[in-house]
Amino acid sequence: MSALYRLTIDAARRALAKREVSAVELTEAVLARIEATDGRLRSFITVTPEAALAQARAADERLSVGAAPPLCGIPLAIKDVILTQGIRSTAGSKILGNFIAPYNATVTQRLLRDGAVCVGKVNCDEFAMGSSTENSAFAVTRNPWNLDCVPGGSSGGSASAVAAAQCLGALGTDTGGSIRQPAACCGVVGIKPTYGRVSRYGVVAYASSLDQVGPLARSVTDCAHLLNGIAGHDPRDSTSINRAVPDFVAALGTDLKGLRLGLPQEYFVEGIAPEVEQSVRKAVQQLQALGARVDEVSLPHTQYAIAAYYLIATAEASSNLARYDGIKYGYRAEGDALLEMYCRTRAQGFGAEVKRRIMLGTYALSSGYYDAYYLKAQKVRTLIREDFLRVLETCNAIVTPTTPTTAFPIGEKTSDPLQMYLEDVFTVSVNLAGLPGLSLPCGFDRRGLPIGLQIIGRPFDEETTLRVGHAYEQATEWHLRQAGAIED
Amino acid sequence: MAMEYEAVIGLEVHAEMLTESKVFCACSAKFGAPPNENTCPVCLAMPGSLPVLNRRVVEFAIKAGLAINCSIARYSRWARKNYFYPDLPKGYQISQYELPLCTGGWIEIAPEGAAPRRIRLTRIHMEEDTGKNIHDAHGDASLVDFNRCGVPLLEIVSEPDMHCAAEAGAYLRKLRSLLRYLEVCDGNMEEGSFRCDANVSIRPRGTTELGTKVEVKNMNSFRAVEKAIAFELERQAEVLDQGGRLTQETRHWDPDREVTRPSRSKEFAHDYRYFPDPDLLPLVVSDAWVEAVRGQLPELPDERRDRFVRDYVIPTYDAEVLTSRKDVADYYEAAVRAHNNPKALSNWVMGDVLRLVRERKLDDALVIRAWPVSPEHLAAMVAMIDSGQISGKIAKTVFEEMVTSGTAPDRIVAEKGLTQVTDDGPIQAAIESVLAANTAKVDEYRSGKDKLFGFFVGQVMKATQGKANPQKVNELLKAMLAG
Repeated sequence: MSALYRLTIDAARRALAKREVSAVELTEAVLARIEATDGRLRSFITVTPEAALAQARAADERLSVGAAPPLCGIPLAIKDVILTQGIRSTAGSKILGNFIAPYNATVTQRLLRDGAVCVGKVNCDEFAMGSSTENSAFAVTRNPWNLDCVPGGSSGGSASAVAAAQCLGALGTDTGGSIRQPAACCGVVGIKPTYGRVSRYGVVAYASSLDQVGPLARSVTDCAHLLNGIAGHDPRDSTSINRAVPDFVAALGTDLKGLRLGLPQEYFVEGIAPEVEQSVRKAVQQLQALGARVDEVSLPHTQYAIAAYYLIATAEASSNLARYDGIKYGYRAEGDALLEMYCRTRAQGFGAEVKRRIMLGTYALSSGYYDAYYLKAQKVRTLIREDFLRVLETCNAIVTPTTPTTAFPIGEKTSDPLQMYLEDVFTVSVNLAGLPGLSLPCGFDRRGLPIGLQIIGRPFDEETTLRVGHAYEQATEWHLRQAGAIED
Repeated sequence: MAMEYEAVIGLEVHAEMLTESKVFCACSAKFGAPPNENTCPVCLAMPGSLPVLNRRVVEFAIKAGLAINCSIARYSRWARKNYFYPDLPKGYQISQYELPLCTGGWIEIAPEGAAPRRIRLTRIHMEEDTGKNIHDAHGDASLVDFNRCGVPLLEIVSEPDMHCAAEAGAYLRKLRSLLRYLEVCDGNMEEGSFRCDANVSIRPRGTTELGTKVEVKNMNSFRAVEKAIAFELERQAEVLDQGGRLTQETRHWDPDREVTRPSRSKEFAHDYRYFPDPDLLPLVVSDAWVEAVRGQLPELPDERRDRFVRDYVIPTYDAEVLTSRKDVADYYEAAVRAHNNPKALSNWVMGDVLRLVRERKLDDALVIRAWPVSPEHLAAMVAMIDSGQISGKIAKTVFEEMVTSGTAPDRIVAEKGLTQVTDDGPIQAAIESVLAANTAKVDEYRSGKDKLFGFFVGQVMKATQGKANPQKVNELLKAMLAG
């Protein structure tokens, strides 16, 4: 057996159930791995060895008495925008640098209830705003395939920790691609569930109508296990849907016969790296070989997605981030009067990208501009959703590249926000339409950096989305490659 | 010569709803808890917390809307009103903006001595209350109490349909009475559960264009609203008469000096950047829900007043007073059921009973906690008057005794020997002794000074300790003086 920390969740689950390995051993292996590697990778903002080992011991007790939930004893990492009671939750921001949450997010609570072990909180772009994790107030996380490259973002810490085997799986959040894009950059699997599938309660809000929590892991099966653990209605989140949650693992299969997949022509245009396009087209052939029928389809409003996204997301963010005012919790700067305190607190507490988005969103909502920007963007959003729903009437899923390029060098795009925003060109539409989107590895470029394949499903049909990914994954070996920049 | 002006007044009322819990979390909505005790991650705006709508709040708002003749929107939306203030922990208030729950509607007012007329409503919407900043309690620092944060409010906006301070007062009283009937709001202006801002402008009589609007705030009683509006109307007329121009502004009522003055706080041109709250679903209200709420509506003050006039044949004024509070009307009807003399009972309730309630502060905002006498005892006492057992004058004594001891009136009358004297004998005897003691006055009377008759009546009543039947006294006295 290779190192314990290399186990998939599915394999670890079986080994734990058979008591071939204990949750404490597994957790110790993972903690040692973090210790050995995180100085270079900086995936984590906070590592919690004591709490993790206590959880592992409790998990072992449950495992020893028999049937335990599938995630019992599995060491996981949680993105730092997701609240963990008693453990610092910074959202990657100085303004929450000292914030210790008084309650658990619903997803945290569900994982802990199932006996999962939380080894720590992983890095992200501040308030999940970014595509490279360079906007974190704490550290720049590195890509385990090439330490000079970004891991993607905003869930870059989650993706790099999974890729570098610093955990068996992780939670991320995805507002415009923040699970799928780093998953693609780091060669791991990540799924953004349908909007409303997973509770947002206790997740630091960026853009409420787009945010969704989802898993990142080293296989589609592992993502299905994690999704089983976190999905379902939450009475504390009015936007979570009260509808039955299927067993996502049971829904997996290796046969795609009878499925129709759409290949949108708008996703193979100028700006896409040739190697990415080649890999995705090869993957499409593979899917056909597995029995799926693939049709060219059109999503005509694709070109407006980035603009609509950056108006809606920033508008919501400008309001969501107003609560960080220095009054109740978090960072506070001194000031002689109220206004001065507000201004200094927010000037010092927020980073440049967050300020940029707050200003953009404030502008979009301002009287006299609301109709031209926010309202117009909402109309575009409706058109984009209709595009998808029309195609998905006949197609069971849509296949696209996850990103136009592979991971880029650290610092390359920080001075050009617009260039950075284009990273999300293939992912934001899925959030605007509220659909499930999966990214999984489908190849490598000539520098050895992973390429991601995106599968977009019908609303609340994560089952088919995962099934397509799983069938492809089982027929290929991309997901078995290990990130080479960090040795065992 | 001074121009004649017409006043144009619209009122905005914020009424705190009497739900058990807050509008978006399960915290208690009760007034008076120690600071920050009724709080949770949601109403403190902790990162990641989300609002969940309290169904009861919508029910209350539908109730109010139906009672005020509004149409109830089957589809409405929550919106965020964005601004920074320490008592607003999220940095935005969840309110309704473009699509409120209730639109239209009207309230009928009848200010004293004027014909009834309708004041139209623009809208009623739901929103959350803010916390409270507490200044000067802790050295230089200000403190914030978030207990009130998230308490549900109704914002009730009238059309600018009122034309004098008295009409504004009548509208407010009527509105408060309605909300109390529905048990939606306790209407306590002092504690701030019923707050009113007034938009006041004037224009030359006969013109239709609206004048420059001034928003008047900080009025915490009905009297204050009336006084502030009256003051403001006069001030505006003076400015215009002197050739000045009015500025659109917010002015605060200073209750001590009885003037309005410009707000001290800097007036920013607020841009609240309203947009639909993405954390809450659009509010869909079914026909069945509206009808269910309609079915639960109590008899409302106007209907009840009209019924009182019709069934009890009492003056409209009486009916208005008696039905202005649900508990008063209930009390009155219980008394009438026990003894069918509606007018006499109306006089007693409006007079002695409510006077005592006021004097002894037996009421809080929503209910009269204790009545000075039970409606059954009051009815029994009036019955004794009607049957001639006691005189109206003795009844005052009986009433006071009922209030003090809580004893039934027949027992008081029996124990204290207060039964009315109607037999001729004892009354004649009393008259004789009075006449004998006042021979000079008897002569004056007989020589034409009729007015002295009352004096003799008084003396006789005094001699019988008030127990003599006054009618009998009149009869016999007349005869004996003529004697």
